[in-house]
Amino acid sequence: MNEVLINYWPLLGIAVVVVGFVLRLNPIAVVVGAGLTSGLLAGKPLGELLALLGESFVSNRALMLFVLTLPTIGLLERAGLREHMHAWILHMQRMTFARLLIGYLGLRQLLSMVGLTNAGGHAQTVRPLLAPMSEAAAEKETGPLTHEQRQRVLALDAATDNVGLFFGEDVFVAVGAVLLIQGFYAQNGIVLEPLHIALWALPTAVAAFAIHTLRIMLFARRLRRERSDA
Amino acid sequence: MLELAPFYWLLALLLAAAAWRNARERRFAQACFWAVLALLFAGGDWILAARKAGNPFPAQLAGVGVVALALLSLRMRRMHIAEAPREQRLASAQRLGHRLLWPALLIPLVTLLVVMFGPKLAFGTTKFLGEGSPTLVGLGLACVVAALAALRVTREMPAMAFVENRRLLDTLGWAALLPIVLATLGGVFAASGVGESVASLVSMVIPTDSRIACLLAYALGMVLFTMIMGNAFAAFPVMTAGIGLPLLIQRHGADPAILGSLGMLTGYCGTLLTPMAANFNLVPAALLELDDPNGVIRAQWATAVPLLAVNIALMALLVFR
Repeated sequence: MNEVLINYWPLLGIAVVVVGFVLRLNPIAVVVGAGLTSGLLAGKPLGELLALLGESFVSNRALMLFVLTLPTIGLLERAGLREHMHAWILHMQRMTFARLLIGYLGLRQLLSMVGLTNAGGHAQTVRPLLAPMSEAAAEKETGPLTHEQRQRVLALDAATDNVGLFFGEDVFVAVGAVLLIQGFYAQNGIVLEPLHIALWALPTAVAAFAIHTLRIMLFARRLRRERSDA
Repeated sequence: MLELAPFYWLLALLLAAAAWRNARERRFAQACFWAVLALLFAGGDWILAARKAGNPFPAQLAGVGVVALALLSLRMRRMHIAEAPREQRLASAQRLGHRLLWPALLIPLVTLLVVMFGPKLAFGTTKFLGEGSPTLVGLGLACVVAALAALRVTREMPAMAFVENRRLLDTLGWAALLPIVLATLGGVFAASGVGESVASLVSMVIPTDSRIACLLAYALGMVLFTMIMGNAFAAFPVMTAGIGLPLLIQRHGADPAILGSLGMLTGYCGTLLTPMAANFNLVPAALLELDDPNGVIRAQWATAVPLLAVNIALMALLVFR
C-alpha cells in the first residue's frame, strides 16, 4: 500500500482489553491500562500520554450528564413512583407484558427517528417507568415473579430500549451517525446527500422491530408456561 | 446565554456531596473516587483551555487523576444503601398518585422543547442558547426543572435531593464512569495508530478478488471492531477506509450510500453484544441492579444475531445493484 512501516505494537492494547474482560478484572482499571499500554508502545513519552489521557477524558465528560437525572429519580422513588406505576398497570385491564414492551419499542424507534434520542434511556425512562410497569404486567399474567424471572424481565426492558434506540436513530438525517458517514465520504471525494444515506436504514429498522417483537412474544409465552409448569 | 458549563459545575457539586457523605461514613475509597471526579468536572473547561493555549500541565494532572480513578475503582465495592421504608413509599404512592409521573416526564419533555425551540429563541440580540449541542443543554436544563418539580410534588427538603442522588450514585459505583473511560480509550487508540494497523492486517488476509468475501470481511470486521472498541462510530472510519472504500466501492463498484448506512447498522449489532459498550450494556445492568453484569447482553444477543444476518443479506442484495 505505502512505504511507511506500520507499528503493530499498539495493538497489544486491544489484547489487554480482551484479556481483562475475559478474566473479569475491574473494567475501569483494564481500560485505563489498555490506553497506557497502546500509548507507550506507540512511543509516546509518559508526560504527553498523561496529557492525552486527561484531555480525552475531559472532552468526553458530556457522557456523564445522565447523572443529573439521578436526584429527580431518587426523590420520586422515595415518594413511591415505582409502587404507583406498579399499581397503575395492575389496574389497566388489557395491558399485557408483551403489549407494553412492543409499544415501548415502537415508540422508542419512532422518537429516535425524529431525533429525540434523549427522550428515553436507561436512567430517564427504563428504571423509573418501564421497569416497574413491566414487572407489574408480568405479575398480572403469571403471579408473583421469582428473583430469577424478575432479573430476566428487567434485562429484557434494557435490551428493548437499546434495540429501539439503535435501529431508529439512523433513519433521521441530522443524527450523528449519518453525518459521520457523509463526512467520511466527503473527505474521500464522494459527495452524498444525508437523506439518501438515512433512507437505507429503514429496511433494517423494520427488521429490527419484527425480530425483537417476536422475541418479546416468545419471552412472554415462556413466562406464562413457567407458571403453569410450577 | 445558556451553555453547558453551569451544568458541569452542578454535576461537580453533586459528586462532591456524594464524596462528603461517604467520607463521613468512613468509606474512603468511594469518597476519594467521587472527589477526584468532582475536580475533573469542575476544572474541565480550564484544563481544555490551558491545553489549547499550549500549557499541557493541567491536562497531565487530569491524566494522573484518571489513573487515580482506575486505582481507586479497584477498592470500591458496590453497596446497597437502604431506601425509604416500603410502607412509607406505598402510602406516599397512594396519596400522590399520577402527580408522581410529572417530574419524570418533564425530563424528556423539556429536553424536547429546548431542542425544538431553543435555537430560535432570543432576547433582543442575546440568544437563549450559547455554544454547544442544544440537546445536551436541553437535557441539563430539563434535569434541573424536573428536580425542582420533584421537590415540590414530594414536599421534601432540597437536601434530600443530594441524599437520594448519593444513594443512586453508590448503587452505580464505578460503572457510572465506564462510558467516559471507554471514550477516552477511543481517543488514545486513535492517537496511537491502532486503527491503521487493524485495517492493514485485515486487508492482508482476505481474498480481494471475491466481492462476497470482501463484503463479509467488511461486515464482520465492523462487528468485531465495534465489539472491541465498544462503539460503531470508532469502527466505521477504520473499516471503511481499510476495506469498504478501496475494495468494495472502488474495485467492485458498491454503492457508497447503501454500504455506509448498512455498514454502520451492522456495527450496531456488535454494540448489542459487547461489555465494551458500557453505557448501553453494563450501566443499565447496574442501574436495574441485576446480579449478572452481562444480563442485558444475554437478553439481546438473540435479537442481534438474526439482525446481523438480515443486514448482511440486505447488503449483498443491494450494494452491487
